[in-house]
Amino acid sequence: MTAYESDEMMSVEAARQLRDVTACFVGIGLPSTGANLARRTVNPDLVLVYEAGAIGAKPPRLPLSIGDGMLGETADYVAAVPEIFNYWVQPGRIEVGFLGAAQIDRYANINTTVVGAYDAPKVRLPGAGGAPEIAASCGEVIVIVRQSPRAFVEQVDFITSVGHGDGPGARERLGLRGKGPTKVITDLGILEPDPGTRELVLTHVHPGVSAARARAATGWDLKVAENLQTTDPPTEEELKALRELINA
Amino acid sequence: MRTYAEITSLAEAVADLVRDGDTVALEGFTHLIPVAAGQEIIRQRKRDLTLVRMTPDIVYDQLIGAGCARKLIFSWGGNPGVGSLHRFRAAVQNGELEIEEHSHAGMANRYVASASGLPFAVLRGYNGTSLPEHTDTIKPIRCPFTGEQLTAVPALDLDVGIIHAQRADRQGNVQLWGQTGVQKEAVLGAKRSIVTVEEIVDELDDRPYSVVLPRWVVTRVCAVPGGAKPSYAQDYYDRDNAAYRAWDAISRDRERFDAWLETL
Repeated sequence: MTAYESDEMMSVEAARQLRDVTACFVGIGLPSTGANLARRTVNPDLVLVYEAGAIGAKPPRLPLSIGDGMLGETADYVAAVPEIFNYWVQPGRIEVGFLGAAQIDRYANINTTVVGAYDAPKVRLPGAGGAPEIAASCGEVIVIVRQSPRAFVEQVDFITSVGHGDGPGARERLGLRGKGPTKVITDLGILEPDPGTRELVLTHVHPGVSAARARAATGWDLKVAENLQTTDPPTEEELKALRELINA
Repeated sequence: MRTYAEITSLAEAVADLVRDGDTVALEGFTHLIPVAAGQEIIRQRKRDLTLVRMTPDIVYDQLIGAGCARKLIFSWGGNPGVGSLHRFRAAVQNGELEIEEHSHAGMANRYVASASGLPFAVLRGYNGTSLPEHTDTIKPIRCPFTGEQLTAVPALDLDVGIIHAQRADRQGNVQLWGQTGVQKEAVLGAKRSIVTVEEIVDELDDRPYSVVLPRWVVTRVCAVPGGAKPSYAQDYYDRDNAAYRAWDAISRDRERFDAWLETL
């Protein structure tokens, strides 16, 4: 079997989540890698939607930016930006939102705005972009992020995009129509919200990763599912497709 | 009255239409970013501008680093796929730049309100996020028909809207295509507008998905071939990703940035 990196396992597992999905709103970076890999492996019909306007983009290689020319040129349709958010995201027409995060907390709330105080930031991050409304209104959200205590924090410094708020019933009280984050795919495993408490629980580890290692990479006391499972390692086909995509 | 867009040099257009203290939007979402126009604003040493843009990009990093901006209204400030905009980041971290921060959906709707001649727009957004605590242009509003709690964002009070397009004709009708972002709204929502174009042609041809801004809503048209580089102009040139990567080192170091500014 071919050796692989933990980042490759993360992208492969992210792609597998899109097997039965019609349309996916794609954030740049790790989410874009996972979504493009899905189109090359488990779901060739997957409709990729990018916030600069491309609906049904079929990029021949990974775009550096969310509005690269190849996205528009290969799209089924190019919408203006107000239309993308008002007609496509807001009414819940997009089944899955694929997002990254700088910080994520135990309720899967996401911060991409600022580390430290807003008015006196330790690190100023790029900000919201399309993420708040994607997180609010897509059918569900899958987050792809490398697991470390810096990224997986007890409480985010700023809620850029709402996950499960402060727990049970929070999304309903806020009037958020989508289900919110249903999975967090990391380089160590998969976290999913507990159906009752909405707190993220480690449900899968990747091959060779222990639950203890995942817990050590988390800034809160991460709960582990009773029935902890191990993901399948990448197949030769998945690795080949991923490497071709990244090197294209 | 017959109204035509006036065709002038970019230097004249910026000198005539952009005033110190103005609120100015330079739009183009990855595609067709009016970089040459931004650099002309730097050359003319415009000051105290409120700069508006969904994705500040390197053109705003340059304007901010050059000291043209008092305030930035935006929704995502990074160098796409590369990392930070270091002049922007330093200005915020040092408290030298006032910011008014939104989401893309909120900004897009602010442009729509401006273009529609309305005081505000309504969207289902921001609920539960920290943005309304820090941005006073995000307010809750109740739907008068259903009672649903929604969000209102005000129109952008734009003095000047600046975009780059592929073509214009000699009367100043402007045509752009590909991913056209919020450019239509940036022009229709502003009191004055400048459109730089790759070329001025005798007649505009039919193009799928093209946006046409008729001559009577455009103030100035300026022929500036390559005016969107290092971003791209579909069917003219590709995005120069290497330039975006190279910008990181220049922007990171104040001295290197100042040396770059000297070459402008």
